[in-house]
Amino acid sequence: MVSTVTTSLADVASSDAALRAFLHGLPGVDRVGADQRAAMLGTRSIKTTAKAQAIDLAISMVDLTTLEGADTAGKVRAMCTKAVRPGGGAPKVAAVCVYPDLVAVAVEALRGAGAGAGVKVASVATAFPSGRSSLDVKVGETAAAVAAGADEIDMVIDRGAFLSGHYMKVFEEIVAVKAACGAAHLKVILETGELATYDNVRRASWLAMLAGADFIKTSTGKVSPAATPPVTLVMLEAVRDFREATGRQVGVKPAGGIRTTKDAIKNLVLVHETAGDDWLTPEWFRLGASSLLNDLLMQRQKLATGRYAGPDYFTLD
Amino acid sequence: MSRLSVRKTYKLFIGGAFPRSESGRSYPVTSAKGEFLANASRASRKDARDAVVAARKAFPGWSGATPYNRGQILYRVAEMLEGRRGQFAEELGGGKKAALEQVDAAIDRLVWYAGWSDKIAAVHGAANPVAGPYFNLSTPEPTGVVAVIAPADPLLGLVSVVAPVIVTGNTCVVVASERAPLASITLAEVLATSDLPGGVVNILTGHQAELAPWLAAHMDVNALDLTGVGDADLALSCEQAAAENLKRVLRPAAEDWAADPGTGRMTRFLETKTVWHPVGI
Repeated sequence: MVSTVTTSLADVASSDAALRAFLHGLPGVDRVGADQRAAMLGTRSIKTTAKAQAIDLAISMVDLTTLEGADTAGKVRAMCTKAVRPGGGAPKVAAVCVYPDLVAVAVEALRGAGAGAGVKVASVATAFPSGRSSLDVKVGETAAAVAAGADEIDMVIDRGAFLSGHYMKVFEEIVAVKAACGAAHLKVILETGELATYDNVRRASWLAMLAGADFIKTSTGKVSPAATPPVTLVMLEAVRDFREATGRQVGVKPAGGIRTTKDAIKNLVLVHETAGDDWLTPEWFRLGASSLLNDLLMQRQKLATGRYAGPDYFTLD
Repeated sequence: MSRLSVRKTYKLFIGGAFPRSESGRSYPVTSAKGEFLANASRASRKDARDAVVAARKAFPGWSGATPYNRGQILYRVAEMLEGRRGQFAEELGGGKKAALEQVDAAIDRLVWYAGWSDKIAAVHGAANPVAGPYFNLSTPEPTGVVAVIAPADPLLGLVSVVAPVIVTGNTCVVVASERAPLASITLAEVLATSDLPGGVVNILTGHQAELAPWLAAHMDVNALDLTGVGDADLALSCEQAAAENLKRVLRPAAEDWAADPGTGRMTRFLETKTVWHPVGI
């Protein structure tokens, strides 16, 4: 696969036909094989000291997220405080992820926290979660979020265009949003729950990476199924192959449906076995989640005290 | 031609389902005379953890149900048990007459507690006289998830410790009698067909000394009933572990299950909420 990629990669985006030919020329995904491999890797037993390390690594990879219509400045401030000091000596999380209008609040809260340096502010943009708006609006929203201080932008692709085969439209949108991001990192949300097949997931991953994505992200969290292990596996294979073909490393962020420590550790095993340890840092792998953090903290406390923890002793969020 | 015998697999009862132990272990159960009866699942601490999660999940729905509804469901459990008198009598073993008496007593105990569901608040709540223009009302509220170490009496004893816990709106994780656990799993079949929401009662079979300390220390368990713990050292260590999050603990002296139970077991797992409300609004 790598050889076909390198020969054609320079000009795959030169025309709609070339892009289509390239994406449809990617090898198909063996659905049963991917499911089985992901399930098999999910049975790995990670215990005691390895588990403690995995929990701390997972905490440092969390994009602590609140994306509700009912979000308030107060809720975002509380979340930022927790992001910096999750409690019990746990490491700080990688980033907080909010809607564009709350970016300024998050930036302010993290700056006020002092030790907040290192926790990034991510913002969804481009008419999240559906992506159904004009390009001007999407670019404008992105620029506004960046101007408000966002370090990372999570954009959604136009799934309607993708599914009806208008790959160039999707490509150009990503390029336009990437340009609007400036120095901010761009995460491209594929919304795999709506892409129907693993072949489409692989194509969308390559499309996003070719268009300049710094990260590819599984889902918005608003559609079920979200980040299933086989989908994450397919995307990890895509970033691995893309680096081999181009030398550029792209990150992966599964988001949505990751609620337990067990899920998080399964994801870490997937990264280790598929893309490799180069991706096993918060810089290249993130976990988009809201309730996951409390479960990680509870498991962390269980390891420290030897008794099962209860949610009564952790903040509601 | 003789039939192949179809024997029951005794499993756990967690969240309304009958899973095997996560550990895959089992242990042989023998009759009082030492004859082999069946293999029972030997639950691990992770099964106990799962059971607490199921009980916690069921708590809002069960404690939020009307007392009248809870009473109806408990009565329904009694009805289902009545329909299986013969089966239970056989499973309890011993003399047939004595066994049937035990089953009848268990059914009557359920009906007795079912009646208390909508009366306990009237008896143990109060409209308090206060020096001001306020209504001051104290009402009993369920305490949460209760871990119950069930006594050796396999049916009447089990029913007598579970019914008072759930009738007031608590949910529970029960560690069945280690030596005679089979009736408890058959009782679970009764509970599963009595409109009792899944997770309100979770039943584990296995070694008491292995399971009780984990439940006693669990921070998401609100109360602990040590009725079935015979070993004084184990009971003491459980009480000490339970102090960490101030669990309500019941550690009674020897109980006579045939005696009038009184309301003590119900009130033990209740908290009192007092509200002040201005008069005239």
